[in-house]
Amino acid sequence: MASLQRIWVIFRARNKEFFRDRAAFGWNFAFPFLIILGFGIIFSGETFQRYKIGVFPQSADRVVFEETHLPSHLQTDPALDFIAIASVEEGLIKIGQHKIDLLIDGASADRRYWVNDASPKGRIVEQLYQAALIPRDNHGASRIAIDGTRARYIDWFFPGIMAMNMMFSALWGVGYVVVRYRKNGALKRLKATPLTAFEYLSAQMLSRIFLLMFTFSVVWFGSDLIFDFRMQGSLLLFLFTFFLGGLSLCSMGLFLAARGISEEFTSGALNFISWPMMFLSEVWFSLEGAPQWVQQLSWLFPLTHLLKAARKVMNEGGTLIDIQLECGLMIFTTMLFLLLSARIFSWVE
Amino acid sequence: MSILEVQHLQKHYKTVVAVADVSFSVEQGSCFGLLGPNGAGKTTTMEMIENIIEPTGGSILFRGSPRDESFREQVGIQFQHTSLLNYLSVKETLKCYRQLYKNPQEIDWLMQRCNLDPILEQRNDQLSGGQRQRLMLALALVNRPDLIFLDEPSTGLDPQSRHYLWDIVDEIKADGKTIILTTHSMEEAQYLCDTIAIMDGGKIIAEGSPTELIATHCTTNTIKLPRASAEAPLEGLDLDYQADASSIFIRTANVDGVLTRLIDAGVDLTDMRVQSPNLEDVFLILTGKQLRD
Repeated sequence: MASLQRIWVIFRARNKEFFRDRAAFGWNFAFPFLIILGFGIIFSGETFQRYKIGVFPQSADRVVFEETHLPSHLQTDPALDFIAIASVEEGLIKIGQHKIDLLIDGASADRRYWVNDASPKGRIVEQLYQAALIPRDNHGASRIAIDGTRARYIDWFFPGIMAMNMMFSALWGVGYVVVRYRKNGALKRLKATPLTAFEYLSAQMLSRIFLLMFTFSVVWFGSDLIFDFRMQGSLLLFLFTFFLGGLSLCSMGLFLAARGISEEFTSGALNFISWPMMFLSEVWFSLEGAPQWVQQLSWLFPLTHLLKAARKVMNEGGTLIDIQLECGLMIFTTMLFLLLSARIFSWVE
Repeated sequence: MSILEVQHLQKHYKTVVAVADVSFSVEQGSCFGLLGPNGAGKTTTMEMIENIIEPTGGSILFRGSPRDESFREQVGIQFQHTSLLNYLSVKETLKCYRQLYKNPQEIDWLMQRCNLDPILEQRNDQLSGGQRQRLMLALALVNRPDLIFLDEPSTGLDPQSRHYLWDIVDEIKADGKTIILTTHSMEEAQYLCDTIAIMDGGKIIAEGSPTELIATHCTTNTIKLPRASAEAPLEGLDLDYQADASSIFIRTANVDGVLTRLIDAGVDLTDMRVQSPNLEDVFLILTGKQLRD
């Protein structure tokens, strides 16, 4: 029978260690905040998502449209960015390196252009350019603008960054610490006491989740003051999804560190699991349209379920009913990894 | 009455036999020492008894029964190599470990017994070697144990800290606690232990009180002479002796007779010493090597 008192004792001791390690404590706050701030600045403008069309010959820094034959409605298209280029040679280098999506000879009457066949964006801009050259009339299609508040990229991106930070903090903060303590004999000293493996691991996990949620809350409210996030669902439910996600990621970290004393091996194992999770769990980009097997593989990762649930709540106004599957899977992985860890846990080298 | 009985204890690793076959029993209230050089199997033996590592074979009885879950509540352990939680003070560490047990010792008692009062607010990672060992000893006493394991308790300490630690262990003995300690210091074993088991190559090669061991295995005294001045005159004498880089050692039960012969041979006895036998000599006689080899 697990002793709550012993879990509480180790929980408190670990928390004291964390809060007194100023460097680690500061970094845990600074890292997600800096990432969000950086990406927020980059993605807050619209230039990043525009298509880039190079126009030559242009001697000035900006394209002088009066010197070109570009259709007037193309010049004012908000989805396009025109880049002044001095010569065709310079333009060909840029298009070859995907720095621009289309290169147009603005001076020629026969409207020559170059496109990189390896660039999907280039082919889209090509279509735009060709369409712009056809006289505008009614093509039989009707345009309807959507109403309401548009979701910004930062609102979609924020849960990803927070989840990624939580993943690294959970895996390394728990896994690496356990291996280090095993290596320096601190675990051996604890083994000499009545503390059981389950109690120790539970305390480690709870301590880390407490610290993660503390950090998460501070970073959330700090970032919200700057970016004014658009939370469609319940903030409490949003926090709850991160709580469950943190538990499952911590238990995964404990499992990876349940045996062994090599910090290098553990680091490799943690990298091996964290990098695929980062790329396949939709932290940075959606997997819509990705091969079926990639989408199925992503279901193995707790980070996927955390992010699906968090984004449903934040971006779609999802309720607990809407995210019950993801919550259930996160609880299941937590229990599975925790029990497996306790089963194979080694206190000594 | 035995508090601990160890029978045919073994620990085999893939290519190494760390403990070959070890048996002994420890009387309640006594101090039992495992003495031997590094690699003799002392710590492995100790950690098997402490339930830290699994034996390959053999049996361990605590108060006549196999160890159960209550064993950890009744024993205190000071490890040779271990570490504590970072960033905690001595007081917080004591509090933390106290709360892991059902019947913990009072902090004031631990402070007084191990002289921790001056360092109570210091962080674990800021302690000197002697202070750290005193804290480790306090942690071994934190649960009012009946049986205390001390693994090389004074290794790495300066002479003053070492004697201070011995005084504390003496006081613990006076409280009627049973102590099992490992050491490669014959001085420490001779000072603290009631019974000593000498280990070498994973086996116990002799066991008894320090006086018994010396009386049984070492009936000779040792005459020590400077090698530079004594080696040449000794050539002509029919005496068995051993030598190291600087000294010559003559073991004999007849000190007077040997001294007379040395004087007759014209050996300079200015820097001569006559040493009574000790545990180091016992070990040398039993194994043919020194404890610190």
